[in-house]
Amino acid sequence: MNKVIAPAVARPLGAEAIADKGWWLAHKWLLLRRGSQFGLLALFLLGPLAGVWIVKGNLASSLTLGALPLTDPLIFAQSLAAGHLPYRSALIGAAIVLAFYLAVGGRLYCSWVCPVNLVTDAAAALRRRLGLKGGRVPPEATRRWLLAVVLVVSALTGTIAWEWVNPVTMLHRALVFGGGLAWGVVAAVFVYDLLVAPRGWCGHLCPVGAFYALLGRTAIVRVSANKRRACDDCMDCFAVCPEPQVIRPALKGEGQTHPLILAPACTSCGRCIDICSKDVFAMTTRFNRSES
Amino acid sequence: MRPNARTAFDRRRFLQTAAGAAGGACVLGLGLGLYARQARALPATALRPPGALTEADFLASCVRCGLCVRDCPFGTLKLATPGDTVASGTPYFEARKVPCEMCDNIPCVKACPTGALDHGLSDISKAQMGLAVLIDQEHCLNFLGLRCDVCYRVCPAIDKAITLETRHNPRSDRHAMLLPTVHSDACTGCGKCEKSCVLPEAAIKVLPRKLAQGAPAAHYRKGWEEREKAGHSLIGEQLKLPVRGRDDAAAPVSSADTAAGQSLPAGWSP
Repeated sequence: MNKVIAPAVARPLGAEAIADKGWWLAHKWLLLRRGSQFGLLALFLLGPLAGVWIVKGNLASSLTLGALPLTDPLIFAQSLAAGHLPYRSALIGAAIVLAFYLAVGGRLYCSWVCPVNLVTDAAAALRRRLGLKGGRVPPEATRRWLLAVVLVVSALTGTIAWEWVNPVTMLHRALVFGGGLAWGVVAAVFVYDLLVAPRGWCGHLCPVGAFYALLGRTAIVRVSANKRRACDDCMDCFAVCPEPQVIRPALKGEGQTHPLILAPACTSCGRCIDICSKDVFAMTTRFNRSES
Repeated sequence: MRPNARTAFDRRRFLQTAAGAAGGACVLGLGLGLYARQARALPATALRPPGALTEADFLASCVRCGLCVRDCPFGTLKLATPGDTVASGTPYFEARKVPCEMCDNIPCVKACPTGALDHGLSDISKAQMGLAVLIDQEHCLNFLGLRCDVCYRVCPAIDKAITLETRHNPRSDRHAMLLPTVHSDACTGCGKCEKSCVLPEAAIKVLPRKLAQGAPAAHYRKGWEEREKAGHSLIGEQLKLPVRGRDDAAAPVSSADTAAGQSLPAGWSP
């Protein structure tokens, strides 16, 4: 085979972006995202660690400043399926969360809030560093089926089914209330993503992510490949994106004319913006279809 | 490849992938369902907070947020962690470790956003977290004839939930035994008695009510209660039952006994 596909010298992911934009700009959205993730965690931890009770509870349901209830709408839906009508406090909390993610963007939860994102991002980074290729990834639709199955199992067992095993709330509860064997479950997710299926958990299995993707069809916050003419096909964005299938329609104009990434699976993490040395991508709104 | 052959191939691949996804999800769901059925068993020493719905309803309604734990001022409640034998993330307490202090305003119940803890419970003395059972009469000091009384003394509903019942002490034959006796209508299951039992392992334990109590058959009536209610016996006058060996005479009542004994028929032998 004469045709050389990969560059002759392996170059680390994002090296060009760092060289062209500087380290800080090449990690801007990543740092903002980590700030959001750790900041939210800090809000939850201020109470138990420092006695400053701004937020009580955990991601399943919480109370902020003794007044604002927030409840995970998926857990609420499972409780309904199990045959319990929760009190108004949980209902209001679930409605607020639902309205927020419907308006701003469903899977913002995955990349800006969810603590498991830290685990799977770490697994993906280590996978790149170790140069691990391939793996056995379940079909992408599995998570949506699993979401349906979780609701059915809730109805059949009369319990909030996914909470028996949910690594998201388990990890969050472990951090805020103390963990026990929860760390084993978290380690399992890490090992699964590292050794078995690249981006397997968040991208293919997690029904919580599938649920928030359902809320992503009206998302205001969206990434746009508005300078796609400058793209030099380095493929860094595809390599770093946790849901790489969402990029092509916007970047290459496949099946759409505008450069917006409207796929509900996009978590608006902004890594493609950071990693691109040509500044092809930008964080914008779904109403901005302009191209430059 | 002809165009329609191409679409047929695509369709087959699509169906294959979809079936794989659905099948995989169903297998995971089956495992989840089986696990949920098994893991819901609650150990007898794990007590739910006051106002908790029945265990089956509790697992449909508790979102495992821990707000009740946060509002418990005495650190009684805790969230189960994976690896505990209690459903992970759900609140419980163990009486022997930290019992419930029965706060008047019941903050844990008020904190519950879903109703897994019933807000209808406004009087903590009506709580039914469990039921104390004096489970080991062999080692209870009061049953040995001593005056320990600690469980009775610490009971927040003293003389209602736990009373001391006087019994003759057959061992010494001249002393009384004062036996701690739990009354299910007043016991909240707070666990103070179990916590303060002086033995290395408590002789009195709080158990889930379902485990601790029998149930009377629905058709049973207590004659003495019915008589009091109705003002007379429901079955009329006491039947006169025959005495063995005396087919001809009705059973004598009380003091007639001795008189009857003197007039045994000639053919009688014991």
